[in-house]
Amino acid sequence: MSARPPAKSAAPVASSKVKTLTIDDRLVSAREDESILDAARQNGIQIPTLCNLDGLTPVGACRLCVVEVKGSNKLFASCVTMVAEGMDVVTDSERLQRYRKTIVELLFSERNHVCAVCVSNGHCELQNLAQALGVTHLTVPYRHPKLPVDASHERFVNDHNRCVLCQRCVRVCGEVEGAHTWDINGRGIGARVITDLNQPWGSSETCTGCGKCVQVCPTGALTEKGKSVREMAKQSRFLPYLTMMREDRHE
Amino acid sequence: MSKVRLATVWLDGCSGCHMSFLDMDERILEIASRVEVVYSPLVDPKEFPADVDVTIVEGGVSSEEDLHKIRMVRSRTKLLVALGDCAVTSNVPGMRNTYKVEEVLKRAYFENADLKQQVPSEVIPRLLPRALPVHEIVPVDVFLPGCPPPADVIFGALVSLLDGTTPDLSATRFGR
Ligand code: SF4
Ligand code: SF4
Ligand code: SF4
Ligand code: FES
Repeated sequence: MSARPPAKSAAPVASSKVKTLTIDDRLVSAREDESILDAARQNGIQIPTLCNLDGLTPVGACRLCVVEVKGSNKLFASCVTMVAEGMDVVTDSERLQRYRKTIVELLFSERNHVCAVCVSNGHCELQNLAQALGVTHLTVPYRHPKLPVDASHERFVNDHNRCVLCQRCVRVCGEVEGAHTWDINGRGIGARVITDLNQPWGSSETCTGCGKCVQVCPTGALTEKGKSVREMAKQSRFLPYLTMMREDRHE
Repeated sequence: MSKVRLATVWLDGCSGCHMSFLDMDERILEIASRVEVVYSPLVDPKEFPADVDVTIVEGGVSSEEDLHKIRMVRSRTKLLVALGDCAVTSNVPGMRNTYKVEEVLKRAYFENADLKQQVPSEVIPRLLPRALPVHEIVPVDVFLPGCPPPADVIFGALVSLLDGTTPDLSATRFGR
């Protein structure tokens, strides 16, 4: 049996692969294949996120992680923007706070979120974000759309009223479980998560029933059956370990 | 210094927010020493008076009576506080909003009733097409989300309003 190869992070990195940049007036360095979000976190700078989850490919779906890069008027989603030499990043400003709050407000107004009676009440990442960002009410009107609940799976429920379209379910099922049961159907306000060819979850032939999608879903959209209000605490910490173990094995 | 004229009103809510208000226990005496409660489900007067300094509203705006009341309250109040998720988001009363009013009434007074199946035509005010948060009808000055907001948050917010400072709302949120 050969000796175990060194872990990824311990491997020597050529100096050309290391970029130096500024985040919130602090000089930091990061590997060129790292995102602004990675670099910020490694230096203890917190940027709010929702769709991003350690262990899944970033997709830039929610835009909560937006930052400013000096010299550009555009805002950049820090989870999908790679670091670059000399970049000067601002992670917190009045403008960014305004945008982040508006994003959270739109997520609440777009579906039906009734926290008081939600199984995820008290464990929900959307709730946490609203509180952390100081969203005490919506400045946009509620839409109150009529949305279905799919309870056809024997162990899980999909409640479209609570979905924020973060695509974590799509990614964990495709990238980690390898089943690719989930997808997004439609566009914009009409977009919905679907299982297989837009059929009831319970009739899906690809779903293995592993429950990974339920555990990574940040809200009360995917839950275990039989949970009552406040009972649905998620366990998403399995993910970084699982990915780490697999990476080790591939090397 | 004259006392601050305080009112509380109860629209479409479960009274849980008023209960949470009372949950501040003996600290209510500190509030009481600084305010005069001029109107509330907890006190006698039946008419909402003029020149109210602060009104705390529990509940969403669901019926024609709520609508009339909240407009009148706003016109007689300097500072309007939306207390709790029903007032702030329409919360549980708003769960009917994906259905038509006729469907809701049919469900309540026919499908779920055994005796005297009929929609009441007197005493009960007519429902609006949707139950709405207070600020979708009239301007609101302070929002205290939560179902219900914790007594500590209500107390803290009232004290800062009486002191003329900005309330710290970081300890409360939608739901709980
Ligand atoms: S999913 Fe989260 S934000 Fe939505 S109703 Fe449930 S607890 Fe509230
Ligand atoms: S079901 Fe959950 S994980 Fe999937 S997109 Fe919606 S919120 Fe995200
Ligand atoms: S339970 Fe597992 S296989 Fe089934 S949809 Fe969820 S992640 Fe995919
Ligand atoms: S966390 Fe970056 S876009 Fe969602």
